[in-house]
Amino acid sequence: MTSTSNQSGHHHEPHHEHHAKHPERSLLRKWFPHPILSLVLIGQWLALNNSLAPGHIVVAVILAGFIPIYTANFWPNRPKLRAPFTFLMFLFVFVWDIVVANLQVATLVMFYSPSKLNSQWLCVPLELRQPEAIAMLAGTVSLTPGTISSDLSPDGRFLLVHCLHVDDPAAEVQKIKDRYERRLKAIFP
Amino acid sequence: MFEMPANVWEWVVIANLLIGGVFVFIGSLGLLRLNNTMARMHAPSKATTIGIGGVLVASVFYFYQVVDEPYRIFPAQDLLVVFFLFLTAPVSAHFMAKAYLHKHPPQESDLPQPTNGVGWATFKSLKSTHDHP
Repeated sequence: MTSTSNQSGHHHEPHHEHHAKHPERSLLRKWFPHPILSLVLIGQWLALNNSLAPGHIVVAVILAGFIPIYTANFWPNRPKLRAPFTFLMFLFVFVWDIVVANLQVATLVMFYSPSKLNSQWLCVPLELRQPEAIAMLAGTVSLTPGTISSDLSPDGRFLLVHCLHVDDPAAEVQKIKDRYERRLKAIFP
Repeated sequence: MFEMPANVWEWVVIANLLIGGVFVFIGSLGLLRLNNTMARMHAPSKATTIGIGGVLVASVFYFYQVVDEPYRIFPAQDLLVVFFLFLTAPVSAHFMAKAYLHKHPPQESDLPQPTNGVGWATFKSLKSTHDHP
């Protein structure tokens, strides 16, 4: 997985060539340095006002222009998102797992004596290297009831996960890697 | 007095409110029943996901389908509530887990250690090798 870690370092080189070839696109890049953030901001502003009135759209576009420029320092390496279909699949699996895990944890809470629960810490070795991807994996693990991501190793290669009740720790680690990490690896190449 | 729901959308709203309410209740029950800090932290995650989710889905259907015409809207703010909740809940859970780890260092809570021997970020940084629990 050294190839993925190198990618962030060489991130800017292809960009400059790109700018030279398409000057009109580079202007768009200059005013909207983080297009996904801009789209999210437009969506959020319109949803907050719950309106598609032209005035709100104008303000949304102005905000989507200024906020990414002023916060650009917080996003040194913008990860490129790939595989939109895998992303949709990831969201679907995520929602499905939340529903299933909710029912499992509800059963544990209602019908198990707390002393019989086999709570354990799991150490999940990570293949993801991009901070944004690891943050998404940790958030997914925490939002799925029954597992909470508790710590990261300082080099970012291991995730500490607390499980409410686990019979087979190795299978649980493999489940996290198969269901979430594999898809995130395709989304953040 | 009690009126029967007029159409299927009212039933959808009722079902979602009930599901949400049941899960918020089980979440609170878990907070009460479970016997240690880390186990207790698992209970409210049910309340934030299906609990609040069910209430918000009910709200969306209510304002979009059940309410009479002049007040009928699509409540996009409800989707924002879910969005921000899902964005912030893991961060606060992570902070609470780290606070727990500080109070219960590895030798007490028998943590597994990373196989490459770097330890966990709560206790060690890459620059300084000495522990600071």
